[in-house]
Amino acid sequence: MSVRGITPGYRDEKRARTLVTPEGLALPITIAPRTTRAGALIIDVMIVMFTLIAFILIIYNIAWGLIEGTGLDLDDMSKGALEFLGICLALFVFCFWYGYFLVQELGPRGATLGKRIVGIRVAARGGTRLTPEAVIARNLLRDIEIFYPLVFLYSLAMLADRGEPIGVLGWVATGWFALFLLFPFFNRDALRAGDVVAGTWVVERPRAKLAKVLSTEGAASAAGSSEVTGVRYAFGEAELSIYGEKELQTLERMLRDSPPEALQAVHATICRKIGWDPGAGDERAFLEAFYAQLRAKLEADLRFGRRKADKFA
Amino acid sequence: MKAPVLSSWFGRGQVEASPDIESAALRSDRFRLEREGEWKRLEAILVRMEKGGLRRIADDDLVALPTLYRTAASSLSVARETSLDAATLAYLEALVQRAWFQVYGPRMGFVRWLRGFIFGGWSRAVRELWLDICIALFVMVAGTIVGWLLVAQDEAWFFRLFPGGRSDPRQPGASREELLQVLRHDEGAAGLAGFAAQLFSNNSGVCILAFALGFAFGIPSLMLLVHNMALMGVLLWLYNGQNLVVELAAWLSVHGTTELFGIMLSGAAGLHIGRAMAFPGKLPVLEAAAAAGRRSAVVMVGVVIMMVVAALLEAYPRQLVEDTGTRFMIGGTMLVFWLSYFILYRPAPRPDAIATPEAAA
Repeated sequence: MSVRGITPGYRDEKRARTLVTPEGLALPITIAPRTTRAGALIIDVMIVMFTLIAFILIIYNIAWGLIEGTGLDLDDMSKGALEFLGICLALFVFCFWYGYFLVQELGPRGATLGKRIVGIRVAARGGTRLTPEAVIARNLLRDIEIFYPLVFLYSLAMLADRGEPIGVLGWVATGWFALFLLFPFFNRDALRAGDVVAGTWVVERPRAKLAKVLSTEGAASAAGSSEVTGVRYAFGEAELSIYGEKELQTLERMLRDSPPEALQAVHATICRKIGWDPGAGDERAFLEAFYAQLRAKLEADLRFGRRKADKFA
Repeated sequence: MKAPVLSSWFGRGQVEASPDIESAALRSDRFRLEREGEWKRLEAILVRMEKGGLRRIADDDLVALPTLYRTAASSLSVARETSLDAATLAYLEALVQRAWFQVYGPRMGFVRWLRGFIFGGWSRAVRELWLDICIALFVMVAGTIVGWLLVAQDEAWFFRLFPGGRSDPRQPGASREELLQVLRHDEGAAGLAGFAAQLFSNNSGVCILAFALGFAFGIPSLMLLVHNMALMGVLLWLYNGQNLVVELAAWLSVHGTTELFGIMLSGAAGLHIGRAMAFPGKLPVLEAAAAAGRRSAVVMVGVVIMMVVAALLEAYPRQLVEDTGTRFMIGGTMLVFWLSYFILYRPAPRPDAIATPEAAA
């Protein structure tokens, strides 16, 4: 749920990257934060684990039913049925373990269920096509990054529990685990080992809804006047040349999502800046009119190649 | 003030009527209002594509997709030069990016990829790894010899290297009869399918491990190969003591030619990545690793298939066929099959088939 940034200014500059499409258009993309990815992984592992446990329980119950059905007489029961259950179990575990990530990341969303929930997806680094080979490569490495070290540490802990000497092995395993687990922290793009090998990275899924047109409503529209006072606000050249694009877009954001109390403060600030006497009760209409006229001026300048980045420019 | 998440859950399907174009005070907003119908159509197509693939989409929508994508892309570049509406710009950027993921996304489904993989892609990838395969083969032979020599010098190594417990009949000092017994078949075919499934998931796990370990410059992959092959050297030494090497070799060859081939390929695939990272050549390290990783991943899918074959061979023919000559024949046939598939089978790559890493990069 991290992509709600309306303006590029919202984004974390460190995670912003540019992707150049074959049409030569530069698109901003954002690298997914490490915490989000960890969250996605935890969700995915939970889903896999619970599915596998459920499946094993079902198989176990069926097998138990089989054994009970024969009156606990092991010679009497059908070996074929139990064997079939065993095959189902072994194949299901293998296929689900590897297939869960593979099939979903190859799909049109490029994300597993966990990634979808947190709003990220896999993409090929450098704006190339995401290929099946890349998805396979990045998922094959997941095992050594997380699961083998965990299993290994667990078995070491069990050994130590029984009083067997494990010596330096535990430290080696811990170091190994740390090396791969912390790998994303040692590079700019938060790549894990699998991403390095596959040439992929994990980016935030863009999800912006088309917001309303501001210049058609209220006091911002062409012939708009305040609903409260019926006044039509008009600003002069000097008053409109104080602010730049940055302030304009901040004002836009406030008009779209801020509560009236916040608008009062903005209203007061702007009035002070342009030397008007701040009234009260008609802030929204004032700000809408100011926004529309400021934008009209700045966009007109833009067409002549003059940009004013912010009020200091 | 707004609850975007909730509104996106409950507000689906309600399409808000666009305001009248003439009422917009700003030229850039009129620009937007004139085009937003097309943007919304593109968005609707994208939502459907992301949900369920291509089948649910009407043909004319699919035909329109590239055009709509280009329209949105050109709208974005115009809007960047003329509009200061941050919300519209962010929307267009997100829309073009989403469309880009679909238009330039994975071009083929898994089935089509698999077909290209079996008819040419796999053997091509294996041939691309020839140097690593040679190294892996050398390391495996060396590992076998090391295992043999170690045990020949000091029998204590046997128990260190061989995983079987004390109840395993295969121990130094075992009689010829005991050793032969292991090589015989079990009774009937019962239990063999389960055995095959177990073998498969076990061996595939080992192969994936050998591949994945290659990330650490390939050295752990080689160590794993040495370790596994030292075991074989130990076994060979044990059977050699009773002059049973030929029988053992026949017993192993049934599935071994496939399984060891697969293990060699996975070790080579791991080594390939490790080598690309240690000696990236002219490419940057990351690009070299990615290119090597994609090549190796293709080989690894093949290794999983080989493990399926090996498990089936190990469970059925090896347990059911007892004759040394026949065992050699099965194993030899498999070896010849794999070698000719990898070396002699060279169909011309279809232009739209598997994108080689070079072409993709």
